[in-house]
Amino acid sequence: MKQRWNRKDLLGLRELSAEEITFILETADAFKEVGTREIKKVPALRGKTLVNFFVEPSTRTRTSFELAAVRLSADVINISASASSLAKGETLKDTARNLEALHADILVLRHSSAGAPQFLAQRLQASVINAGDGAHEHPTQALLDLYTIREKRGTIAGLHVAIIGDILFSRVARSNIFGLVKLGARVTLVGPSTLVPREFEKLGVEVSYKIDNVLPNADVVNLLRIQHERQRKEYFPGIGEYTRFFGLTKERAKLLKPDCLIMHPGPINRGVEIDSEVADGLQSVILDQVTNGLAVRMAVLYLCGGIAT
Amino acid sequence: MDAEAIRRALQRIAHEIIEGNPQLSKVVLAGIPSRGVEIAQRIAAFIHRIENIDIETGVIDVAMHRDDVGTRPELPVVRASKLPLPLEERTVIIVDDVLYTGRTVRAAMDAINSFGRPARIQLAALVDRGHRELPIRPDYVGKNLPTSAAEKVRVRIGSAKEPDGVWVERT
Repeated sequence: MKQRWNRKDLLGLRELSAEEITFILETADAFKEVGTREIKKVPALRGKTLVNFFVEPSTRTRTSFELAAVRLSADVINISASASSLAKGETLKDTARNLEALHADILVLRHSSAGAPQFLAQRLQASVINAGDGAHEHPTQALLDLYTIREKRGTIAGLHVAIIGDILFSRVARSNIFGLVKLGARVTLVGPSTLVPREFEKLGVEVSYKIDNVLPNADVVNLLRIQHERQRKEYFPGIGEYTRFFGLTKERAKLLKPDCLIMHPGPINRGVEIDSEVADGLQSVILDQVTNGLAVRMAVLYLCGGIAT
Repeated sequence: MDAEAIRRALQRIAHEIIEGNPQLSKVVLAGIPSRGVEIAQRIAAFIHRIENIDIETGVIDVAMHRDDVGTRPELPVVRASKLPLPLEERTVIIVDDVLYTGRTVRAAMDAINSFGRPARIQLAALVDRGHRELPIRPDYVGKNLPTSAAEKVRVRIGSAKEPDGVWVERT
């Protein structure tokens, strides 16, 4: 049988084939089962060392990777930007080479610059997993979104997925677009024209500026967080106006099909992109996404970290 | 072994399991994918025919419990395990097609222990080819097949196109 995975790194979904993405999701099925056991830990990566290197702040992604590694019996070291020598002027490459000199086997990297994981993957023997690089890709988030859709709806091909919000600055949106299109979904991007440029149509998706036209036909809506920290004033006038035009309010949610899934990568801004009642409602799978993220990250660490180098 | 010999061997194993386990309803047949799962279901069907008792079957995946991840060129494909819970007070019988070094069985025992603490674990194999590397012995064997380490034992069972069979290949 042909080996279905032979990558040491996971940098993005753009470079993966539909078969590789499906294989990760199938592997995640097996690891999700581990979470139901009395002892939620398997020895698959025993003796391996994983470094969580987060140059940008993150709680949930870092914690999810840490727990995934612990459940695979790897040893975990967490390094944040402020605590690392980057703050003392060391280059990213030198920091990473030092980590490798300590025999780290897997490097999980979050960085504000697009391409930083690729830069290191080409220079290190260790596996490099992209945990979000600038506005480029966030592959494990997209994989857990795909996993959740597949789990709830049985398939991805043929579904209509609306991604709503700040698309321009969103690595989550980009990775989701690559994955969804490869697996045969129809994707519509919705948001203010300043944040959803028409150029995205080149990726094989549709663009709409009228949320009320899109919601009744969607099988999945994925709401992205408005990233206050990245936004400057010129992109849209204000939070209140954003909510009025693009927020998934209680009233607007009535337009959705009854079986439409509501997703959000978190952390959610209640009352901005989504109303509390909607976020906590029956159609919301936001917490399933968190649970599935653990299984998907176990699968990625197993596949990338487990291959013989 | 041809299809008929396999059928007889599994039927005999079913009788031995019935004889060795007075509390038959507490028995779980846990197959190791993929052929062990098929064999476990066939043994369960024989037990049903003989005693009219439906015993539970399960799947025990060993890929994530192996001790050689990272040393083999191919990464084993992981599958979800499925066992009836809780395991306490049950007898779990591990079912595999070929018993060889015993390392797969050790991994299976580790996997079972992560689900709970069964009253006892037993082992059934369609073929025992020897060459154990661990102190493990089967409780139920379809056929003892002395081999050299250079040989390969092939098992085909439950194929839609071809009949069941066990044969030895020289490499």
